[in-house]
Amino acid sequence: MRALYFAWVRERIGKAEEEISPPEDIKTVGELMGWLSSKGENYAAAFANTKTMRAALDRTHVRHDALIGAAREVAFFPPMTGG
Amino acid sequence: MSTRIVVRVQKEVFDAAAEAATLTHGRSDFGALVTFTGLCRDEGGALAALEIEHYPGMAEEEIKRAALKAASRWPLEGIIAIHRHGLIRPGEPIVLVVTASAHRGEAFEAASFLMDYLKTQAPFWKKQHLSTGGTGDWVEAKAEDDAAARRWLG
Repeated sequence: MRALYFAWVRERIGKAEEEISPPEDIKTVGELMGWLSSKGENYAAAFANTKTMRAALDRTHVRHDALIGAAREVAFFPPMTGG
Repeated sequence: MSTRIVVRVQKEVFDAAAEAATLTHGRSDFGALVTFTGLCRDEGGALAALEIEHYPGMAEEEIKRAALKAASRWPLEGIIAIHRHGLIRPGEPIVLVVTASAHRGEAFEAASFLMDYLKTQAPFWKKQHLSTGGTGDWVEAKAEDDAAARRWLG
């Protein structure tokens, strides 16, 4: 699946997007964050405080306990500051 | 009643009056037009610019969702919501919300709802560029913005 990162999540990881292939036992967005944070120090820094992390599956806001299911795009970002 | 909805996410500056005129042109059947423009503050001279990052696709979809919610909640003739991205200088407009309805109450409420929803749900992030050179911090989300958005629930 495609993973997108925005704002300081993007800066800490060092890239805006990538293809990821999480193992089968990763079922929820929260589990995916845990798996990503084990990919390296930059990921660990980005996901250090997951409480404030927001996520979207296929461009829809989701909670951390949301099932990834057949989603093709996941995005991680800080709380939004538009307007 | 169908509400005319226009949503745009763009780099370019917009003309609030010209946008609002697209709702009123040739119409004489409604009495209220609320136009809100959010501007970039200079933060006492400390800010050189704001850089606004967005999630292409989702940003438009999320604003449209908000507009549809507003249209189902209040009897509106029209809604315009425009949000800019990219580098924005102090004094420049960032966001525009225009609502039109028969009477002012609905137009004011819908515009306020749209702004509250936009600030907390639309995927945009602001980074500061400082007058002293270099980039500053990402603007942090404010608890009062969340509280303002929550008052529309239920």
